Amino acid sequence: MTSQLLPLRVYVTVFAVLLALTGLTTFVARIDLGFFNVIVALTIAVAKALLVALFFMHLAHMKHRTQLVAGAGILWLLILIALTMSDVLSRGWFHPPAGL
Amino acid sequence: MSDGSALAHHFEDLEQQHDAATLGMWIFLVTEVMFFGGLFAGYTMYRATYPGAFAEGSRLCEVTLGALNTAVLITSSLTMALAVRAASLGRPRTTVWCLAGTMLLGVVFLAIKFLEYYHKYQERVVPGLNFTYAGPSARQVELFICFYFGLTGLHALHMIIGLVVVAVMMTLVWRRRVSPAHYTPIEVAGLYWHFVDIVWIFLFPLLYLVDLHR
Amino acid sequence: MNATAAAQLLHDSDEAGPREHYLNARYGVRSWLLTTDHKRIALLYLASITAMFFAGGAFAVLMRLNLLTPDGELVSAETYNKLFTMHGLIMIFFFLIPSIPAVLGNFLVPMMIGARDVAFPRLNLLSWYIFITGATLALISAITGGVDTGWTFYTPFSTTYSNTHVMPMAIGVFITGFSSILTGLNFIVTMHTMRAPGLTWFRMPLFLWSLYATSVIFVLGTPVLAISLLALAAERLFHVGIFDPRLGGDPLLFQHLFWFYSHPAVYVMILPGMGVISEIVPCFARKRIFGYGFVAFSSVAIAVIGFLVWGHHMFVSGQSVYAGLIFSVLSYLVAIPSAIKVFNWTATLYKGTVSYHTPMLYALGFIGLFTIGGLTGLFLAALAVDVHLHDTYFVIAHFHYIMVGGMVMAYLGGIHYWWPKISGKLYPEGWAKLSALVVFLGFNLTFFPQFILGYLGMPRRYHAYPPEFQVLNVMSTAGASILGVGYLIPLVYLIWSIRYGPPAPPNPWNATGLEWQTPSPPPTENFEEVPMVTEEAYMYGDRAAPYV
Repeated sequence: MTSQLLPLRVYVTVFAVLLALTGLTTFVARIDLGFFNVIVALTIAVAKALLVALFFMHLAHMKHRTQLVAGAGILWLLILIALTMSDVLSRGWFHPPAGL
Repeated sequence: MSDGSALAHHFEDLEQQHDAATLGMWIFLVTEVMFFGGLFAGYTMYRATYPGAFAEGSRLCEVTLGALNTAVLITSSLTMALAVRAASLGRPRTTVWCLAGTMLLGVVFLAIKFLEYYHKYQERVVPGLNFTYAGPSARQVELFICFYFGLTGLHALHMIIGLVVVAVMMTLVWRRRVSPAHYTPIEVAGLYWHFVDIVWIFLFPLLYLVDLHR
Repeated sequence: MNATAAAQLLHDSDEAGPREHYLNARYGVRSWLLTTDHKRIALLYLASITAMFFAGGAFAVLMRLNLLTPDGELVSAETYNKLFTMHGLIMIFFFLIPSIPAVLGNFLVPMMIGARDVAFPRLNLLSWYIFITGATLALISAITGGVDTGWTFYTPFSTTYSNTHVMPMAIGVFITGFSSILTGLNFIVTMHTMRAPGLTWFRMPLFLWSLYATSVIFVLGTPVLAISLLALAAERLFHVGIFDPRLGGDPLLFQHLFWFYSHPAVYVMILPGMGVISEIVPCFARKRIFGYGFVAFSSVAIAVIGFLVWGHHMFVSGQSVYAGLIFSVLSYLVAIPSAIKVFNWTATLYKGTVSYHTPMLYALGFIGLFTIGGLTGLFLAALAVDVHLHDTYFVIAHFHYIMVGGMVMAYLGGIHYWWPKISGKLYPEGWAKLSALVVFLGFNLTFFPQFILGYLGMPRRYHAYPPEFQVLNVMSTAGASILGVGYLIPLVYLIWSIRYGPPAPPNPWNATGLEWQTPSPPPTENFEEVPMVTEEAYMYGDRAAPYV
């Protein structure tokens, strides 16, 4: 069975970066960036998740099929959220004419 | 331990079995993404509708404990990854130590989480039990806290299951049922554990850091 | 050519005489309840879902009896609410969704790919036990008084105001969902990792493509139903929740989460049926299927696009009209791959050597009735039309044409087609043809009047109706009684055939496919040696007619 496992230093480096990003997101949250706060927070979260998935879960070295499965999961989650929000966000756009 | 005992009768060889096991776990994790996803969708809907109340509710969450727990869980992911690596290199004692470390950190995580829950109980902000928050957006703050308990509670349940799985893995390794040629159970357990970590990576900013600057 | 010739074939083959196969390999209740053989698990499911089918049918009978008179006083309005709820829940979650995947899929997936079992046999058995647990909870809920929320569990009625047994039912459905998830997971992994040498994706029978697409839906959609039912239960139990308007919650969130699963679920309730038709039509037209690639990709397209249309159930619920527009357009899009499949089946029939064995009768019925059901879906997908047709009998007729005229007929066709393989016996063709005809006539008499009723404005889920609708309702009830007879006859002769039917040869239909390379019934391990696949699917060109 092929061992796709990585050198020790890779795991430790990823770990250090994850801790650093955790500190970063907590720190940045205390600064008022207005609308960008949530974007920065989510970007950092996505980066952390990718690091865990690609290196701790070895997704970077797995078959394309496995990567497709993982990608499909994320895509479907986004479909659920996006189409639901398309309803929520556009509800105020339509105002029936008076008398209806 | 011979290869024969590790190979199930319906597979041709260990590689096919390993292929099936890892693909199966990844597909299971996709189902978990969609399972949590429903709650994330609801969260997104309500945060967009009640941004102020969500920020207010987030103040009821203890950032220090949340950040600490994030660090704890990330460390447990490291120990888990090192356990898988040790198993692949045929080092059972190292594997057991790493798995034990993972379990310990998992227990620490749960302890901190339940401490947070206990604080919420003391502050009388547990929906359905003793929620007595006052203010113009009290009902929507209660909605936020419902999501807090729902999301972190579901996550904690998955952690507890993860601890059981890791414990079972420890006994497997202890009984030398794992080798460089067949460490699939540890690998698959690792995938599950990392997934639980990833969920928390999103929960932390979404629950604890909403408009923290205010 | 019939049972005599079949017996002759058997005698001529190596398989005559006492032989060990999966049915007689081991005896005793434990060997069945603890089996990991996918074929035995398929039969466990067969028994369970058949029982649930007749339970769900009993509720339908009571409904149709009540609707014989406009005042609908056979049962009270509250009881009627419970009847249609139980009918829907049982038929959808405990019959249709598992039907073809759990019975025919479990039996045939390993055999069609030349494997000894599915990837995770013990998980397969667990799936069945999970199904039984959920079904038991549902029946407990039914027996102790039932549920009146409609199978759709809309909030806040289900969470706050209904005082029926919502909890055990919701939890029962929640639990059963995991049965589907595990089955889907098993099928996907099996098809990816255990195909016999030479069996590329595009040599697989189309039945497998349709089950693959179904499994993708199981895996991606069911968890969202699970979380929505869990949230519903939490709201009901702890009086907290995320759908409660008093908290600022949105009842539409429940509907979004519910339909995100439940719309793809309806594709779960047709794709496997389409897969069965793709097997039957080439066999009984003695012709390669027309446009294999189109049919394969259409299965996947239906599964994928099917996840993008759920809002068409919410056009009049308070959903934004702009979201409604998006969902409407996408709903028209999802009809296209279904239509492509109908064209391909029809083209397969064209200039084929068609024989009218029972499976083919069901398949032909499917093609016509599914087309009607599918086209009427397009009426409903139009926003302006749906405003008038929503919650009327038009919708009911639409989905029954697909689920009953389509899926159930495909299921029966598949059961008959593979019955010789599964049981090792031949069913009586005369009785089978008769019941296929009775089913077809009974079905149309039951549901066609409902299109008219819906168009005329009769609402669904009402125990009573204006007197001018009575004639059509009486026709529908008459049809339902005929349909019921049509379903009972196969139950009798199929069971009869297990004991008294003539023994079946390995390949009574002279069909292509690896499952027909084994004896009937097959040995536990399916194949003595791993088969090698060297030709494309459906190579019927040179084959003689069915033997039986």
